[in-house]
Amino acid sequence: MLTKRIIPCLDIKDGQTVKGVNFINLRQAGDPVELGARYAREGADELVFLDITATVEKRQTLIALVERIAATLDIPFTVGGGVRSVEDVGMLLAAGADKVAVNSAAVHKPELVDAIAREYGSQCLVLAIDARRTDTGWRVFIHGGRTATERDVLAWGREVVARGAGEILLTSMDHDGTKQGFAIELTRRFAEALPVPVIASGGAGTMQHFVDIFTEGKADAALAASLFHFRELEIPALKDYLHENNIEVRR
Amino acid sequence: MNVVIVRYNAGNTRSMLHALRRLGVEAQVSDDAQVLRAADRVIFPGVGEASTAMQSLRRSGLDGVLPELRQPFLGVCLGLQLLGAFSAENSTRCLNVFDFKAEKFPASVKVPHMGWNALHFEPHPLFAGVASGAYVYFVHSYYVPVVPETVATADYPFPFSAAVARDNFYALQFHPEKSGETGARILKNFLDIQPGAGI
Repeated sequence: MLTKRIIPCLDIKDGQTVKGVNFINLRQAGDPVELGARYAREGADELVFLDITATVEKRQTLIALVERIAATLDIPFTVGGGVRSVEDVGMLLAAGADKVAVNSAAVHKPELVDAIAREYGSQCLVLAIDARRTDTGWRVFIHGGRTATERDVLAWGREVVARGAGEILLTSMDHDGTKQGFAIELTRRFAEALPVPVIASGGAGTMQHFVDIFTEGKADAALAASLFHFRELEIPALKDYLHENNIEVRR
Repeated sequence: MNVVIVRYNAGNTRSMLHALRRLGVEAQVSDDAQVLRAADRVIFPGVGEASTAMQSLRRSGLDGVLPELRQPFLGVCLGLQLLGAFSAENSTRCLNVFDFKAEKFPASVKVPHMGWNALHFEPHPLFAGVASGAYVYFVHSYYVPVVPETVATADYPFPFSAAVARDNFYALQFHPEKSGETGARILKNFLDIQPGAGI
């Protein structure tokens, strides 16, 4: 049986790992390659590296980092942050990324999703969606959560899958950094409506939160950052706990 | 050991090069028939779409070269599917080393089949030192059913071929280069297979 995946996320700034609370107040948390290798040894199923300050000038720093990660890691990893074009995706894949996450650029220009899927295949395209609840329902936010859009999150999810996204990374901005648990209802709506895997992100604080997002939330994978970075939760213990709760995981 | 990775438009050669380097093997990447014929081991990775991959192989003439190779040969992912007779992916005629056909997963499951799944097998040289039930990493939308040459299966939602082998041709639907220690061991086992040892 296909297992549920545990995905540590490493937020990268200038080649170093950071983590913010609600995407602000960044804290330093180590060398990405070293941290990534440690996670892989401890049983992480995949890793996500998000370049949170990606700019054109910093692109080469990121490419060099991706090359180092690819040489070291023996598990799959996704790279995202500031990906704006088919060429950006091509460079990251050529540097050794297994998948590339696209967020704001797809909102600005949805045809980008079709173009990437056509060129490199859906299996390497993760569509990242930052969601926040508003008076009128869950809306898509962009630019690291700073800018609201009018898009309904689930409608956007359906559209990007129709355009060729192979996986959805769904972050609840309302839950991110709170450690009060994942957005279960929202995640379940995505997981039930979409024919592709859904990664839940934002809000993990305890091992039970992971059980809840896999059972009630029906997520295919769950992502967390600071929880793992600061060793508040160890991956082997988490996987044992999931196993004890009858959730199939790789141990 | 002279290990050559087949160069064509659908090969994810970098990941495979890194995995081999971690095993202490410096492989080369080539689409030259002479280089491939002279190799001790040939690895045929694949990520992408079947029909464009086959077009690329036909253009370079490798469609005639690869089936004739006699040293231990390892297809990976799309590289397994392309060794068959046909793929339902854009109705593509493939290399016909094996006579199986790749089918699309049913709509009842999420596609692609992406993530870690348990590998089930009877003892086989490819899996020496690996326990049946070990997890490996898959990413694919098409699958090869269980056929006489199947040497390992995985379930999604029904059993399909996770590995096939006949003569010098071996192929894995999963990615050994991305499957942690289990994958590294399987790759090493392939490198350790002696020419002529195929069944």
